[in-house]
Amino acid sequence: MNPTIALSEAPGLFTADGLVGLVFLIMLATTIIGGFIACNAERLVRAVAGLIACFIGVAALYYYLNSPFVAMMQMLIYVGAVCITIAFAIMLAAPEEKKKSGPAGPLTGPLGLVTAGLVTFGMAAMALKTDFIPMPKINMGTVENIGVELLTTYSMVFELVSIVLLIAIIGALVIARQGRSK
Amino acid sequence: MSLTLLNAIIAVVIAIGFAALNAAYLVWAERRGAGRIQRRPGPNVNGPLGLLQPLADGAKLMTKQLIIPGGADKALFMVAPVLAMAPAIMSFVTIPFSDVIVARSMDLGVLMIFAFASLGSMSILFAGWGSRNKYGVMASVRAVSQAISYEVPMLITVITIVMMTGSMNLHDLATSQAGGFWHWNIIPSLTSPLMPVSFLIFFICSLAETNRAPFDLGEAESELVAGFHTEYGSMGFGLFFMGEYANIVIGASLITILFLGGWGCPFGLFPSVFWFLLKIYLLIATFIWIRWTFPRTTIYGLLNLSWKILIPISLFNLLLTAGLLKVF
Repeated sequence: MNPTIALSEAPGLFTADGLVGLVFLIMLATTIIGGFIACNAERLVRAVAGLIACFIGVAALYYYLNSPFVAMMQMLIYVGAVCITIAFAIMLAAPEEKKKSGPAGPLTGPLGLVTAGLVTFGMAAMALKTDFIPMPKINMGTVENIGVELLTTYSMVFELVSIVLLIAIIGALVIARQGRSK
Repeated sequence: MSLTLLNAIIAVVIAIGFAALNAAYLVWAERRGAGRIQRRPGPNVNGPLGLLQPLADGAKLMTKQLIIPGGADKALFMVAPVLAMAPAIMSFVTIPFSDVIVARSMDLGVLMIFAFASLGSMSILFAGWGSRNKYGVMASVRAVSQAISYEVPMLITVITIVMMTGSMNLHDLATSQAGGFWHWNIIPSLTSPLMPVSFLIFFICSLAETNRAPFDLGEAESELVAGFHTEYGSMGFGLFFMGEYANIVIGASLITILFLGGWGCPFGLFPSVFWFLLKIYLLIATFIWIRWTFPRTTIYGLLNLSWKILIPISLFNLLLTAGLLKVF
């Protein structure tokens, strides 16, 4: 499978396809820039804003991958629930907290750059060398189909996810109990 | 279906135009309604019945200076009003106004509207926090806790209806109630005897989600000056205002499609877009009526109502409907 398109066959910018491509590039940029903001922002609220931008970009990428259900769930759960919960946690903390950072780990500076470069190189090489097999579209994304698939083909994954959630709840309870006895 | 660039642009212009027109004239309707309820005239000077008032307000808001308070988080301060308006316009994409008038009929229409609605509370959060104002921060805290509590019963109610219909497509949801008001979801049926209660829960939640009185604790002017938009002047404030009314239109459309048969006539005759508009404007009139007749609740009353009353009832209704769907 050849991922490149000849420039002569590429759609013009002012056609519908060209616009779709442009939006795709904007969403890619949103994801990357949002990620950078989330990691590097001095204020926590800005970091949450970056995280939201990043999640929206990822949701758009899911949409471009023909899975609108995952895209909408990404928006609903990550933007609507996870980010709101993080914001709630920030609200409960002191509003004007000074930036406190721990001692720099061994991976800051040039070593970190080398690591990041190696990881990027590895991922890029993997993406380019892999022979991607086009998969058939599993379903049209209706509620019934998703329910049937979740409880038959992917029931193992479904159960494992429930166990992860159960562990998270128990962990939260344990932490909360310790806090109360102090 | 060929999608050209021109079609896309026309669709976007229509969506924004519809939202803006509604926002402008719903403000007028709200002020006139408030005047009527409080036994005073309301805006009645500019034009017949004060109909030119929104234009004058718009011109005033657009020509005012944009002031960013010192020490404010500039980026968040500027982004927040956009976030208030954008999700509402996105939601117009998938709302079917009649059998044929819909920009894009998505299989996941309901899900999409809720996914984008979750961005709305983010806008209040950023506005309150970004303007570095104590009232604003208080409003953000309230808005966030309100958003967490009221999305839960709302989504559970939607799940109940989606379970009955078996589709998340707004078009299918509306057509499943075609033919006479006795087919509408609001009327209790054998499989869902508690439907009027669901309707009430959804209605209360949409009041809370659109930050309308008696749940407008995010901008409670008697306690918080103007809450999250205290520091906003000119068109920043205008966008918050327009966003609020666009969200009200979305909420009323959702209620109409989910419970009141969409574009169907109550007697099964001539389904058309006019029935849809009639229903949503009646609902909006009810919203306005409620806003000016009920006193504001407290934040504890608001949260208790959701967690102690609405969520248990909606969960019970979900289980009951699931059980009855299995039996019948």
